[in-house]
Amino acid sequence: MTVEIGHYALVLALFVAVLQGTVPLLGAARGQQRWMDVAAPASWAQLFCVSVAFAALTAAYLGSDFSVLNVIKNSHTTKPLLYKISGVWGNHEGSMLLWVLILAIFGSAVSLFGRNLPDGLKARVLSVQGLIAVGFLLFILFTSNPFERVFPPPADGESLNPLLQDPGLAFHPPFLYLGYVGFSMAFSFAIAALLEGRVDPAWARWVRPWTLAAWSFLTVGIVLGSWWAYYELGWGGWWYWDPVENASFMPWLAGTALLHSAIVAEKRDTLKAWTIFLAIVAFSLSLLGTFLVRSGVLTSVHAFATDPQRGVFILVLLIIAIGGSFALFAWRGPSIKVGGMFKPVSREGSLLLNNLLMTTATAVVLLGTLYPLFIDALDLGKVSVGPPFFNAAFVPIMIPMVIVMAIGPFLSWKRADLFPALLKLKFVLVAALAAGGMTYAMKEGATVLASFGIFLAVWLATSTLWEFANRIRLFRAPAGETLKRMALMPRSTWGMTLTHFGLAVAIVGMVGAESWKVESIQVMKPGETVTVSGWDYTFEGAREAKGPNYAALRGSFTVRRAGEEEIFVTLRPEKRVYTVSQRPTTEAAIHTTWMGDLYAVIGDPSEDIRGAFVTRLYFNPLVAWMWVGATIMVIGGLVSLTDRRHRVGAPKRRSAGNAAAVPAE
Amino acid sequence: MSKRLVYLLPLGVFLILAVYFAVGLTKDPRKLPSTLINREVPAFDLPPIQGFDRGFSSKDLLGQVTLVNIFGSWCVACLAEHPFLMKLKAEKIIPIYGIDWREKTDGAATQWLERHGNPYTLVGDDRDSRVSIDFGVTGAPESFIVDKKGVVRYKHIGPIYPETWTDTLLPIVEELRKE
Repeated sequence: MTVEIGHYALVLALFVAVLQGTVPLLGAARGQQRWMDVAAPASWAQLFCVSVAFAALTAAYLGSDFSVLNVIKNSHTTKPLLYKISGVWGNHEGSMLLWVLILAIFGSAVSLFGRNLPDGLKARVLSVQGLIAVGFLLFILFTSNPFERVFPPPADGESLNPLLQDPGLAFHPPFLYLGYVGFSMAFSFAIAALLEGRVDPAWARWVRPWTLAAWSFLTVGIVLGSWWAYYELGWGGWWYWDPVENASFMPWLAGTALLHSAIVAEKRDTLKAWTIFLAIVAFSLSLLGTFLVRSGVLTSVHAFATDPQRGVFILVLLIIAIGGSFALFAWRGPSIKVGGMFKPVSREGSLLLNNLLMTTATAVVLLGTLYPLFIDALDLGKVSVGPPFFNAAFVPIMIPMVIVMAIGPFLSWKRADLFPALLKLKFVLVAALAAGGMTYAMKEGATVLASFGIFLAVWLATSTLWEFANRIRLFRAPAGETLKRMALMPRSTWGMTLTHFGLAVAIVGMVGAESWKVESIQVMKPGETVTVSGWDYTFEGAREAKGPNYAALRGSFTVRRAGEEEIFVTLRPEKRVYTVSQRPTTEAAIHTTWMGDLYAVIGDPSEDIRGAFVTRLYFNPLVAWMWVGATIMVIGGLVSLTDRRHRVGAPKRRSAGNAAAVPAE
Repeated sequence: MSKRLVYLLPLGVFLILAVYFAVGLTKDPRKLPSTLINREVPAFDLPPIQGFDRGFSSKDLLGQVTLVNIFGSWCVACLAEHPFLMKLKAEKIIPIYGIDWREKTDGAATQWLERHGNPYTLVGDDRDSRVSIDFGVTGAPESFIVDKKGVVRYKHIGPIYPETWTDTLLPIVEELRKE
C-alpha cells in the first residue's frame, strides 16, 4: 500500500509542478498578482508530495519489501541499516527521486526566505523551478519508476554493489545533489532576470547565497567521493579524472567562477550578462553531469546501469533546458545594460581574470571528458583520455590562477596600481621562494615542479594571511583596535580568507600526494619486514574474519619507525567478498599522520609460499592536508553564507537569533 | 551586430554538442564489433619480452581454444583482472596468451609479471602496436577467444571479472570446445 501511495504522490507532484511552472509565469507576464501568488503554496505542495514519495520508498527499503523491483535490485535483508537507507539513493531511480526532493526543498526555501523578493522575480524563479521539476518527474515516471512491483516477490534481494556499501559513499550522492540542484537556484534566477529584462545589484545579492550554499555542498560531495576513491579503491590515488568525477568537477569550476563574478555584479553593477551566462553554464553542467553518467554515452567505473531510452529522454530534456536558456540568453542578453567601467588592473579585473581562467579550465575538462565521444561519433575509433592529458592541460591553467588569487585581494576596485600591490607582497614572495627553494634543496626526490607547487601554496597562504593582517592592522594598531576590526570584518571577507587559505593547504596535500608517494608491492611471509619511506612494516599474517554480509581476509601489519622497537601502529587491511554478490572489495588500512598516510593493502595469497600474501604498502605524503584544506574551504563557504548582507531585510523573526554577534554598523 | 553574435555563441556551441550526444546515443559504448570476429587471427610472430626465451606466433594458437589477452604494465585496469587470470591459470581452465602492448621500457612487463604473477602460457612483445592494430585493439585490457582453427570468435573489452567469465566467456569457450 505504502508503495502505491508513493507512486500516486509522485504523479500528483507532477501535476503540481505543471501548475507551478505555468500559472505564476503567466501571472508575472500579465502582472496578475493572484496568479503569481500560486507559486509559493505550489512549492509547498510540491515539497509535500515528493517527500511522501521519498518516505514511501525509504519505508520499502527499511522493511525490505521485495515486491518492489528497485528494492530487490539494491537491497538485501542482511544489509546493515545505514546501507538500507543509503540504498534508497544508491541506484538510478532512487537517486533521481532524491534529486527531485532536493529540488523541492530548494523551491520551498525560496518561498520561505524570499518573502521580500520582488513579486514578479519570485514568481518567475519558482516557475522555472517548477518547470525543471516537470522535466525530472516525467523522466522518473516514464523511464525510471522506483515504485515498480514484481510478482511473485523473491525471497531476498540482490543487495547493493559492495563498493557502495561504505560510509563515505553513503553521503556522497546527497551532498553532490545538494550542489547540483543548488545551482538550479542560480539558474532560475538567471532565467527570471532574462525574462524580466532587468539585472541589478539586488539580483546579484539574491543569487550569491544560493550559489555559495550549492558550492559548499558540492565541495563536500566531491571531497567525499575523492576520499572514498582514496581508501576504497586501494590504489592510494585520490583523483582519477574519471568521467563521473569530471561530471561533478565541471559544475564546481563553473560555480566557483560564478561566485566570483556575482561579487562584481553585486558590488560594481557590471559583468552582469557574464554572471547570467555562468549561472546557466553551472546548472547546464550539472544537468550534463547527470546525462553523462546515466545515458550510456560515456561509460566509466560507476554503479548505475545505462539505458539508451533514458539517454534519449535526458537528451531531449537537455536540449529544452540548456538550448532554451541559451536561446533566451542570445535574445535578451544583449539588452542587459553595461554597468560600471573598470581598468584591467583592478579588483574587477583580477576577478574577471579568475573567471576566464576558471571557464577555460572548465572547457578543458569538458573537452577531455567528451573527446572520446567526438571521436566515436565521427567513427574514428575508440579512445580514452586519461590523467596525462588532464594534468598537462589543467595544471598550467591553475598556476596563473593561484598567482593572481594572491594579488587580487590587494587591488582596489575600479582602478588599481599593480606596482604598490606587488610591493606589499615582497615578503610573501620571499617566504614562498624560501619554502620552494628549501623543498628543492632538502627533500629527497623533489622535482622542480613539486617545489614550484610548494612555492605556490606558500605564496597563496602567506598572502592571504598578510592581507588579513593588513585588514585588521595586526601589530600596527593597539590590540583593542585589531580585535574590533576583526569583529567588524564582514563574514564574506572571513569566508574569502578561509577558502583561499584552505585551498593553499589543500595544494600542499596535492603536491605531496602526487610527488612523493612511495609504493612497494611484494609477496610477504608472516614475520617478514619491509621498509617503506622510513617505516618498518612487519607482516603478522592474515586470517579469516566475518562481517554482517561479507566474509573477509584480514591481514595484520605492525608498523614501527625504522630501526625502533616500539610499535607505532597496527594496520589491519581487509579483502572482503560480499556473500550475496560474490564481489570482492579491498579495504585499505590507513593511519594518518601530518606528514603522510601509512597505507596498507592485502592482496591474494601467494601460489608458491604457504601463508604468504601479495601486499601493497604505500606512504602517501601529506594527504591529510588535502582533506583539512578542503574542510577549511567548506567552512569558509558556510561562514560567508552567514554574511549580514544576505540577511538584511529578512524577516526580523528569523534573524533575531543569529544576528546577536553582528554589531550594528 | 557582432555583439549579438557573441551572445549566440553559447547556443551554437551547445547545439553542436547536442548533435554529438545524439550520435553518441546511437552507439553502445560497450559493444564494439571487432572487425576480426569470425576471421582468422592475423599472421604474426611476436618477439619475447625481456628475460623470456620465446615470444609467440599465430601458429601457437592452433589446436586448442585459447584466450588472447592484451595487457601492459602501464595499464591499471589490467591489474583489476589479473588475480582472476591467475586463477584461470592455476585451475588450468584455459591457456592464456599475453600480448604486451605499447610498453615503453625494456623489462617493465617482466617486472610487472614477477611482481603480480604470470598467468600467461606465452607472452609476446608488441610495443609498436603492429599486431594489436591488426587485432583491432582499442584499449587495454582486451581479450579475444580464439577457436581451435585459429579463428577469432569473441572479443571482450575491459577487465575480465569472475562474473564476466561465468556469464559470458565460459559458455562461448565451452561451445567452441565441442566444435
